[in-house]
Amino acid sequence: MSVDLSTKYLGFSLANPIVVAACTLSQKVDNVRRLEAAGASAVVLYSLFEEQITHEQVELARVHEFGTDSFAEALTYFPEADDYQVGPESYLRHIEQVKQAVRIPIIASLNGVSRGGWIRYARLMQDAGADALELNVYFIAADCDMTGAEVEQQYLELVQAVAESVSIPLAVKIGAQFSSPGNMAKRLVEAGAKGLVLFNRFLQPDINLEALQVCPHLELSTPFESLLPLRWIAILRGRVDCSLALTSGVHTPQELIKGLLVGADVTMIASVLYRKGPGEIVRLLDGLRQWMIDNEYESVEQMKGSMSQCKCPDPAAFERGNYMKALVSYTGQPI
Amino acid sequence: MSNRRFVTVEGNEATAYIAHLCNEVMAIYPITPSSSLGEMPDEWASKGRKNILGVVPDVVEMQSEAGAAGAVHGSLQAGALTSTFTASQGLLLMIPNMFKIAGELTSTVFHVTARTIATHALSIFGDHSDVMAVRNTGWALLASSSVQESQDLALIAYAATLESRIPFLHFYDGFRISHEVNLIEQLTEEDVRAMLDPEMIRAHRLRAMNPERPVLRGTAQNPDVFFQAREACNPFYQRCPAIVQKVMDRFAALTGRHYHLFDYYGAPDADRVIVIMSSGCGVVEETVDKLNSEGQKVGLVKVRLYRPFDGRVFVQSLPPTVQTIAAMDRTKEPGSLGEPMYLDVVAALTEYWAEHAPGKPMPRVIGGRYGLSSKEFTPAMAAGIFAEMAKPAPKRHFTVGIVDDVTHLSIEYDPNFSTEAADVTRAVFFGLGADGTVSSVRNTCKIVGENTPLYAQAYFVYDSRKAGSLTTSHLRISPRPIRGSYLVSRANFVACHQFVFLDRIEMLSMAEPGAIFLLNSPFGPEEVWDHLPVEVQQQIIDKKLRFYVVDAYRVAREAQLGVRINTIMQTCFFKLSGVLPLEDAIKHIKEGIVQTYGKKGGGVIVERNFAAVDRAIDALAEVPVPKNVTSTKRRVLPVPETAPPFVKDVLGKMIANQGDDLPVSALPVDGTFPTGTTQYEKRSIAQDIPIWDPAICTQCGFCALVCPHASIRLKVYPPEVLKGAPAGFKSTAWRGKEYPGWLFTVQVAPDDCTGCGLCVEACPARDKQVAKHKAVDMLPKLEHLDRERLCWDFFLRIPEVDRSTVKIDTIKGSQLLQPLFEFSGACAGCGETPYVKLITQLFGDRMMIANATGCSSIYGGNLPCTPYCTNSQGHGPTWSNSLFEDAAEFGFGFRLAVDQQIRYCHELLKGLSGLLGDELVRALIECKQENELEIEEQRRRVAELKRRLAQIDHEDARNLLASADYLIRRSIWSFGGDGWAYDIGFGGLDHVLASGRDINILVMDTEVYSNTGGQSSKSTPRGAVAKFAASGKPSRKKDLGLMAISYGNVFVGQIALGANPLHALRTTIAAESYRGPSLLIALSHCIGWGIDIVTGLEQQKEAVACGAWPLYHYDPRDKEKPFHLDSKPPKGSFKDFALKQARFAILARSKPERAEELFAMAQEDIYERWRIYEMLAEMKGTDGRMQRLAAMAAETTGSPKEEVEA
Repeated sequence: MSVDLSTKYLGFSLANPIVVAACTLSQKVDNVRRLEAAGASAVVLYSLFEEQITHEQVELARVHEFGTDSFAEALTYFPEADDYQVGPESYLRHIEQVKQAVRIPIIASLNGVSRGGWIRYARLMQDAGADALELNVYFIAADCDMTGAEVEQQYLELVQAVAESVSIPLAVKIGAQFSSPGNMAKRLVEAGAKGLVLFNRFLQPDINLEALQVCPHLELSTPFESLLPLRWIAILRGRVDCSLALTSGVHTPQELIKGLLVGADVTMIASVLYRKGPGEIVRLLDGLRQWMIDNEYESVEQMKGSMSQCKCPDPAAFERGNYMKALVSYTGQPI
Repeated sequence: MSNRRFVTVEGNEATAYIAHLCNEVMAIYPITPSSSLGEMPDEWASKGRKNILGVVPDVVEMQSEAGAAGAVHGSLQAGALTSTFTASQGLLLMIPNMFKIAGELTSTVFHVTARTIATHALSIFGDHSDVMAVRNTGWALLASSSVQESQDLALIAYAATLESRIPFLHFYDGFRISHEVNLIEQLTEEDVRAMLDPEMIRAHRLRAMNPERPVLRGTAQNPDVFFQAREACNPFYQRCPAIVQKVMDRFAALTGRHYHLFDYYGAPDADRVIVIMSSGCGVVEETVDKLNSEGQKVGLVKVRLYRPFDGRVFVQSLPPTVQTIAAMDRTKEPGSLGEPMYLDVVAALTEYWAEHAPGKPMPRVIGGRYGLSSKEFTPAMAAGIFAEMAKPAPKRHFTVGIVDDVTHLSIEYDPNFSTEAADVTRAVFFGLGADGTVSSVRNTCKIVGENTPLYAQAYFVYDSRKAGSLTTSHLRISPRPIRGSYLVSRANFVACHQFVFLDRIEMLSMAEPGAIFLLNSPFGPEEVWDHLPVEVQQQIIDKKLRFYVVDAYRVAREAQLGVRINTIMQTCFFKLSGVLPLEDAIKHIKEGIVQTYGKKGGGVIVERNFAAVDRAIDALAEVPVPKNVTSTKRRVLPVPETAPPFVKDVLGKMIANQGDDLPVSALPVDGTFPTGTTQYEKRSIAQDIPIWDPAICTQCGFCALVCPHASIRLKVYPPEVLKGAPAGFKSTAWRGKEYPGWLFTVQVAPDDCTGCGLCVEACPARDKQVAKHKAVDMLPKLEHLDRERLCWDFFLRIPEVDRSTVKIDTIKGSQLLQPLFEFSGACAGCGETPYVKLITQLFGDRMMIANATGCSSIYGGNLPCTPYCTNSQGHGPTWSNSLFEDAAEFGFGFRLAVDQQIRYCHELLKGLSGLLGDELVRALIECKQENELEIEEQRRRVAELKRRLAQIDHEDARNLLASADYLIRRSIWSFGGDGWAYDIGFGGLDHVLASGRDINILVMDTEVYSNTGGQSSKSTPRGAVAKFAASGKPSRKKDLGLMAISYGNVFVGQIALGANPLHALRTTIAAESYRGPSLLIALSHCIGWGIDIVTGLEQQKEAVACGAWPLYHYDPRDKEKPFHLDSKPPKGSFKDFALKQARFAILARSKPERAEELFAMAQEDIYERWRIYEMLAEMKGTDGRMQRLAAMAAETTGSPKEEVEA
């Protein structure tokens, strides 16, 4: 029995629901080629960090100025090159090269902090040939006087500004830490998002116990992490008019299948690729295909959202808090 | 030609532009102030800029100027158009080859930024002593006297050398022209082509060595023919002046600028004429105009072709009316009848005057010296010379610009004489190196020069200290070309870019009445007045200055520009000076910003600077000036009243920028200065200083160990010492067993600290409840200054611990020893000075130091104040700098003399033993002096010896008394950087290491020429970007240690204080204790790495961890296993380490693929070196196998093959 794995995401018809999430694997054109060959239906390129570009520009200027014009014998310390690749240029060139190398849709990813930066870089990415754009919105409201509403407003304004400045579809990748993620999702769509990517895995600070210093830390995901986006996609499917992508924790066909069942149009993977290589895409798709055959599903479209909150037999289960789950689990009753 | 551009450039750029077009090969070596002459063609070549023949010149850095001259000689002999650039000692190193090149009648041009030759002292500044030292080499000497001429005469030199076959030395005044920014008309490539006859280039090639038509040059000749053969070149020299004039005429036809061998300027019927070369010409020219306009009859001869000196043409250039000539020399030839120009003028007149002005009496000639080491030469001085010439009996040999109260040779002049016109904007800007003042003034000069009909000139004066250095920028803007190369002394615009300068620097004395005074002030117009010192208020009132303030740092902060206030102050200058409409000015400032930052992908920086410019005008405000002085605060004295007389009267004046006023008698006759004078100059440049918390201090001593400036120190003392301690003086119980019941203090010298923060980085002790709080924290100085000053003064009075009781091989113990190197002017956070300081703590009281020229000689010996000092007994390092290249040999000479003196003392002792007592004599001779205790005992014995000798009336006793100090074991050191040890001084270093004599060599390895601004050395690691390695150094770092190990009897230690301080300490002690040659290669972080200097220690740690800098020591005394690999195997990748330093990261940003390739090779280098070291560590030292392996491995490193492949 043949099954139809195709799906739609951000208006694109994709061969299957496995998209490579924004990660460093896509920094090399050859890797993107390998991912396509292994079956990825689209690739989100690694993120262009506006903050990093700014930092590099500032540092480069500082390095060339530091210690200069102070001492008669050493008025400068470094020769000047004609060109430094610290702006978005190399990223834009990369988009062009990747686009020439593969046929699948290429989604550029932008992690920005300022309104000016977002718009400028988003346009440049579009002009470089990106098929779509993923905005990775990450703002730490470290200012305790800032309200949640203000943070949300800032997000919405940024999304609106970018959406208005580009014609390619725009997906927004957000974290789960809103008081009302559903409401936020709705408003993001109203602001112009054509897709939502749930959820961002943030780089978290860690403590180096030897040096007693704070240092950044990133660990690869585990399947457990897929449960959170699973819940919210289930809730959002049917309630917001946009594409939904599940990211975080998709390691086996099980997470992939569950994601589709609750309503994801695609699932995004990265950690599993780091652990097992591009070949894992084949196994994921094989697993999906086999499950569909075993359970007599004809197409992904048929599956998508069949277990969403709107359509599942126990909608309240998606709303229960942990204590409910714990009590029920303790008594051995199924959820 | 119509397509010539007007550009605003420095003299060096103007010259380098021509050199790049006219040469196929340039062999170069850095030396101030000519370094940029080589750097620019190197950078242009790396970007593919071609010469007029359509090829990119090959620019090659050599190991020394001698090497560069040799390479040039070879390249010329092989037929390429070849040049080099140098100055001073560098030119002297070229002399042997210059004789050869001239003797072989070879066409070439060397460009020389004329610089003082070191005599009683080194000086990086300009005079003609170097050029004059080569005038017998047979080279033509052609002098440029302005930035425009430095371009024009460069080209004329190329054309003339090809036609005449005489090599040309084209020169101009170092700094005054090499670094002056001025507007010039830039020649086009077509101009250059038009001047260089292709036929002459082909002739040059035909004269080259060629196996197709072989010749032999460089024969050895005997008395029978050498003389005649030497005379054979005469016709070429006879023809040369006419050829030069012909070329100058051709140049005039092309460009309209007509030069002559000697250009006369002034009254056609002048009675007095000054003869002068280079930048002095413009000064005299202005003076001539002014004096003639007042009715005098004076003139000037500008000497352009000084050699071959055409006496007839020179005399013909003089007006026949001339009665007195002053021949001016910017050099000194002690013992001569007169300086070279004087003698040439006298000889020329003697030979040709009669034919030039028959029947007229020959003019009287007097000779004057001026401007040595860039001493200012002003119109006032020139007017003084003309006045002297008008006297019935002028001084036949005089000096001008100084007060010679010893031999009374100096002439007087009226300092108020000025030629400055009222319509010239004359501005002086006082800034800090870090604040961008120089770049803003340079940019202003460019804006005005290239966008308005006005002319602009800028010149910059820098500090001799590297940390917190003052820059003074002099800017002129005029409707007429600016000829005078001298500082602005009557400013109609004075800007102080740093508020704190007002307390220390006298700046308003140069303001003209009614001038504008712009101050960067944290205080607004309403409150600033009360914060000014009395002297400043008085001058503002007396001179009716228009006083403005801007809080540039606030604007910079708001625009996220940090401490760079250049564009803000520049905008304010344009607003206030009105030299061009503000809108135009802002447009050009913004264009400049885009040009500066745009290519670094700097969109963000551009935006931030734009914002700063836009906000600057709003932040600018005029200050209402009260009628009366209200302040009670006076300007800070340069040195305390309590300082010794010499420090107060001489050094104090130099600190206060009044050194020009010191008379000859104030200065030592032989360059000998007292040590320990930095203690008197309280520069107080830190914003934050370390404050100690005894409660959490572990007493490890790291803070003091790493402090580059010896401004945080430890002491241990009995409790009773605390009597009379000021309130707030902190102490805690000593934790060790050595001094039971004693107390311990860590104290900062608040006015000497530079605020680098290395001590805090090194401090391992954190508060258990507030992790950011360490045992030393950087805290705002102003909040702690008063208390810490009192505490520091008290701390100094606490007696030093008895050296013989200290465990010197522990960090803590070593830091209880008094540093005999303190408060140097090194960069804040310097990676070299902690080693120097540590060594002076360990051995300083008996040290002799031979210092190679470089950073360490500058922070070690640049006036006004020097850091080597003495202990309470008056003992301390004695220090001298010979040359860049010979520090090892210089130190070796110390050793030879000391050993000889010891032998002499022993002989005398034996002879006098009957009178002195056998026991004392035996003890004096036999004491090994292996440790502090034994050395202390020997000191006591020598004191006793001297006491006894003083009572003996015997010639031998008197001789022994004079030499008895040699009996105290001396610690002899050569200090220098990697430029010295790996490159220019390597031959001598190698020879001294091979000598087997007891000398200690410290190489402070920053892996780059730090002092001259970051040129690549053979120590520069593969993949690092440096000048002369703009595309990343292709070859691997030379393994100097392995080379030394191959001798078998050299102690070698590779250390990194930041990575393993204990290893560094113990290896240093072991090296010094070895009675043979010792080589310490010490990793020294540097701003040339492109790091935040506060991370320097961390960078050292990472260098060791990744294997880029393995730690080891090779001790020949250990026969079983001399080689000890003291760090762990390489861990982590070289790339990860490298990308934290801009020297590597720049390459990754500019040439990512090449970076990947070189980083991969550098990683392989690490593994390979480690494998070799592991093998060495397993081998016995006695059978010679190890030395053979080391020699083989050393030969392998940096093979040329790799370089080609890279």
